Amino acid sequence: MDGSWLNVVWYLIVGVLLTGYAILDGFDLGVGALHLLAPGDHNRRVFFNAIGPFWDGNQVWLVTGGGALFAAFPHVYATAFSGFYLAFILLLFMLIFRGVSIHVRSLRAAARWRTFWDGAFCVSSVLASFLIGVAMGNVAWGVPIGPDFRYRGDLLAQLHPYAVLTGITVVAMFMMHGAIYLVMKTDGELNARVRGWVRPCIVFFVVMYGITTFATLLYVPRLAEPFRAAPWLFAVPVASMLAIANIPREMHRGREMAAFLSSSASIFLLLLLLGIGMFPELMHGNGPSGTSLTAYNAASSQLTLRTMLILAGIGMPLVLGYTFHIYRVFRGKVELDSMSY
Amino acid sequence: MDLVLLSRIQFAVTIGFHYLYPPLSIGLGVALVVMEGLYLRTGNPLYHQLTRFWVRIFGLIFAFGVGTGIVMEFEFGTNWARYSRFVGDVFGGPLAAEGIFAFFLESGFLAILLFGWDKVSRGMHFFATVMVCLGAHFSAVWIVVANSWMQTPTAYHIVDTPVGPRAEITSFWGMVLNPSSLDRLGHTLMGCWQAGALFVVSAGAWYLLKRQHEDFAKTSIRIGLVIAMVASVAQLVSGHGSAVTVAEYQPAKLAAFEGIYESGANAELTVLGWVDEENRTVHGIRIPGLLSTLIGGDPSTVVTGLDDIPVDERPPVQTVFQLYHLMVAIGMALIALAWGGGLLAWRGTLFRSRKLLWVYVLAVLLPQLANQLGWAAAEIGRQPWIVQGLMRTSDAVSDTLTPGQVLFSLILFTIIYLALFVVFLVLLDQKVRKGPLEEDLSHLRREA
Repeated sequence: MDGSWLNVVWYLIVGVLLTGYAILDGFDLGVGALHLLAPGDHNRRVFFNAIGPFWDGNQVWLVTGGGALFAAFPHVYATAFSGFYLAFILLLFMLIFRGVSIHVRSLRAAARWRTFWDGAFCVSSVLASFLIGVAMGNVAWGVPIGPDFRYRGDLLAQLHPYAVLTGITVVAMFMMHGAIYLVMKTDGELNARVRGWVRPCIVFFVVMYGITTFATLLYVPRLAEPFRAAPWLFAVPVASMLAIANIPREMHRGREMAAFLSSSASIFLLLLLLGIGMFPELMHGNGPSGTSLTAYNAASSQLTLRTMLILAGIGMPLVLGYTFHIYRVFRGKVELDSMSY
Repeated sequence: MDLVLLSRIQFAVTIGFHYLYPPLSIGLGVALVVMEGLYLRTGNPLYHQLTRFWVRIFGLIFAFGVGTGIVMEFEFGTNWARYSRFVGDVFGGPLAAEGIFAFFLESGFLAILLFGWDKVSRGMHFFATVMVCLGAHFSAVWIVVANSWMQTPTAYHIVDTPVGPRAEITSFWGMVLNPSSLDRLGHTLMGCWQAGALFVVSAGAWYLLKRQHEDFAKTSIRIGLVIAMVASVAQLVSGHGSAVTVAEYQPAKLAAFEGIYESGANAELTVLGWVDEENRTVHGIRIPGLLSTLIGGDPSTVVTGLDDIPVDERPPVQTVFQLYHLMVAIGMALIALAWGGGLLAWRGTLFRSRKLLWVYVLAVLLPQLANQLGWAAAEIGRQPWIVQGLMRTSDAVSDTLTPGQVLFSLILFTIIYLALFVVFLVLLDQKVRKGPLEEDLSHLRREA
């Protein structure tokens, strides 16, 4: 299984899909995490409808990312999902509950019904974000992989401190991202309230980001090696810092859209840092055999990679086209009508 | 309990529950295109009301379909890791293509379908409806292609890799157009169309029984019946095509469908029967030579019997036989219901007979049942193989899991899905009881 440029391209495509997922579903997961802070029934409906037309399409980035992983790197798909079995099953339950709660919450008037689904929406959003972060942390930290590519670890060993740290960092990142999004989508009294959440969310994220960075440099120095080898790559962490610093600046100037784009850029750059640190590994192995899953040894055949690249080349412009179109149609503040959630 | 069995049960539970929803969204999607198309053509506000009512129901079904569908995308990796490694090169492609070509299309335009009434023009909204319907169909295309490859694998070769042999693709289009893809796609889609069509008919019949929303109800019934008339006959044609392919590529499955033990010409087709596995025969109403005739065009066509299949390569005969025959019986009943109903609706007598209306209220269950039975027959009929002739199901599970872990997730899935099903039924019932909204009889704000 020797590789070619195709393996690198597919490493990038999987990265783009998962980054797209983090940026897009990130804000609606963040809205979910903040949901219970919204006072009163009307405001909670505004939250649901702020993400109403988008959340489902955003989630497709994850589903397609999973499909792309299956097609391009079947060994990663097999090892990761069977290895992190309980965590992924729990994530799936959370995603089911989220989708259902968004849709059904406002279909009945009873207060208990709405309270239950409000809670389900918030808890499932926080837990889903956390589990995604835990998975990222494990991939970066490394897991024991046998020479046959099978996961050799314990199913509960995945909750080690570094993974918990990355889990909380992702929750914080999505909360910041979601809070800024809500500022764009709300008006009046709710808008003023939501605006007040942005600063503590940024602080929470920056603190978690700082701790995670220290922990990574101290305990996972492997991820910093590519940056030592090619110092020009230091531009990426610098850009990451600037993107984050720009968020409060834009908020202060009242340019929410620019703040949201800055927040999106900081998510992208964070994942880019991880990608550069990991490449060409997709799952780092820390078992006795020293086996890792890489873009080369875990990949499909060159023919499949080439065929799928053609399909992606046809499909992705269409996807970007209608994603852009949907966001344009539903731009602006939320208005509730008889078809709203 | 055994890891393989538990993994199979979990897959059956999760796919069986998921598959309550996609047939409804595919079939209802077609009905929505018809309804909104009629609205655009005639400008009759009744069609606007119909579209708005069914779009609300569509949204509910879609939410449950998406939620339970995500599980399917990842379950090959969680529970069938060895399968995923062995066939990923072939099987992963259609799944990724489904995401790129079907899900993005569907979810994007669904937003306009549900929430875009006042934001886009009438024509653009109709376009979104068509795209959602098309997206749902594309989804079926890629999933049926992937599954058909498991039934009739082609265009692959086995390659040795450092971690063992695996199947690699030799031609993408050869894999997509494997021998069973097209017939099975037609058969699956027609099952979906009927599920959606009879769903619409059922709600209409319910309103007529309650003497509510009569114009709305009659129009729903007419539209539903027309779709069902087309789909039920097309179902028979595609089913025949599928059976011929099964005879050629999966003789053990066909033999189990019809309980044929001895190979030979003049093979019998059973209308209703019971397999006597001990005496290797079937008791029941059997028509000599009909199976041979249907498969090969004349009674002298030789049909392979189970005796010529090694014992460890035979599916469980009785189960497959009964699943298959029940599906066929329901399929025939659906043809009668669609065409009989169409005739009576045309004469106007259907709308007056309370007994008949009750039949059509309950008929909504039949396509759903037949869809489940048909898939169960197709999948159990392939056993012991997960990929026909290539990989056994017992070699496909994630062997890093313990039976306890799978039992745990299976129990959780079962509890959560049962609860969700109750929620779905309560909300569906509420939406149907609430009925079409008066305000929807007026045109869109933008047009007024």
